[in-house]
Amino acid sequence: MPHDHHYHDHDHDHDHAVLPPEPALRVKALETLLTEKGLIDPAALDAIIDIYQNQVGPQNGALVVAKAWADPDFKARLLADATEVVAELGFYGRQGEHITVVENTSERHNVIVCTLCSCYPWPLLGIPPGWYKSDAYRARVVREPRAVLAEFGLALPEGQAVRVWDSTAEMRYLVLPMRPEGTEGLSVGELAALVTRDSMVGTGVPKVPA
Amino acid sequence: MSRVHDMGGRWGDGTVPVDPDEPVFKDEWHGRALAVTLAAGALGQWTLDTSRHAREALGTKDYTRFGYYEKWISALADLLVAKGVVSREELATGQSNGDSPLADRKLLAERVPAVLAKGGPSARDGAAPLYPVGARVTTRRPARNVMVEGGHTRLPAYAAGVEGVILSQHGAHVLPDTNAHGMGECPEPLYTVLFRASDLWGRAENEGDEVTLDLWESYLEPLA
Repeated sequence: MPHDHHYHDHDHDHDHAVLPPEPALRVKALETLLTEKGLIDPAALDAIIDIYQNQVGPQNGALVVAKAWADPDFKARLLADATEVVAELGFYGRQGEHITVVENTSERHNVIVCTLCSCYPWPLLGIPPGWYKSDAYRARVVREPRAVLAEFGLALPEGQAVRVWDSTAEMRYLVLPMRPEGTEGLSVGELAALVTRDSMVGTGVPKVPA
Repeated sequence: MSRVHDMGGRWGDGTVPVDPDEPVFKDEWHGRALAVTLAAGALGQWTLDTSRHAREALGTKDYTRFGYYEKWISALADLLVAKGVVSREELATGQSNGDSPLADRKLLAERVPAVLAKGGPSARDGAAPLYPVGARVTTRRPARNVMVEGGHTRLPAYAAGVEGVILSQHGAHVLPDTNAHGMGECPEPLYTVLFRASDLWGRAENEGDEVTLDLWESYLEPLA
């Protein structure tokens, strides 16, 4: 069998071992075969990529955070039933069917992870970054969150406890970071510009106004 | 399933590879891999739990060596053959042996926004929760699928046999342990359970630190 020889690095009893070893070629081979069998519309692939590359991303979550900072009623509803509230803004869908928002306070800092795979709130933050999917983040942030946060340049104050949320079911989490000082009177749009992706995962804090 | 995916608390993985300028898809094929996987999933031949299990069922060497999207695409190839959507020969030769009977389920470009926006909620009607908020529970030990030897489960090993407190209830949700294996959705009450870091790790990085997990009722036992 050719794969015994050429693809000896792979576990050969798996069917994927018969595909080309180079991942880009492996994807291409699957796409071509599935298209030929009438199972995939290449234009649908372009549409999926366009949505996650250009339309859905951390700007959605940032708007949610900014509205929560600006409007106490919105914030109260968001913390009580985030799925419904973000759906009203159009942020519902795949990998965001059940959303919980967790609020940072001076007593508690929240951090999100998925140790078993890489679950992430896609409609609010888009596709997870490489570090979120890395073995190092998945393995370490549950055991040594402060050491991991330090690698992001984030040092938590003494006395602030850490709560790490391991996304083991279909609940998806968004951190509501603390509103920075000196942001009184800013519009929702100006506030949203301060909200970074990492601040909504808990590996960062919002920017402070210049 | 090797459980190599179950890496929470593992030592030896080095620093987190943070790249502030990383694009959404680092390589062009990453986006393609995601899109092929979602489009193939839309054929309806398996559940999300089954596709997670397929990634976990990659060999230990492959799981460790492969990047994220390489895992996706390899597990997809395995699933396509396992479910009879394509044959191993078709994969090996790249030559189609004819149109698929599933072709009428093909995800068309104009349907993509609606399908992604619809999602696939896992909440179901089901039994009322047994444990109230604040109840003390302990988790199953060892962490395993009790119905399928080596099967899929969502209780990480690091949280097996540990005491925790019910933080919140989420109604009934599809049970991955059955749903991943074609054994039905078997919805069960789902809870967020709060653990003290010191109970999970023996020694917490900082006193007062906590970890929460979302766990199904059958993963839990009342604390005697």
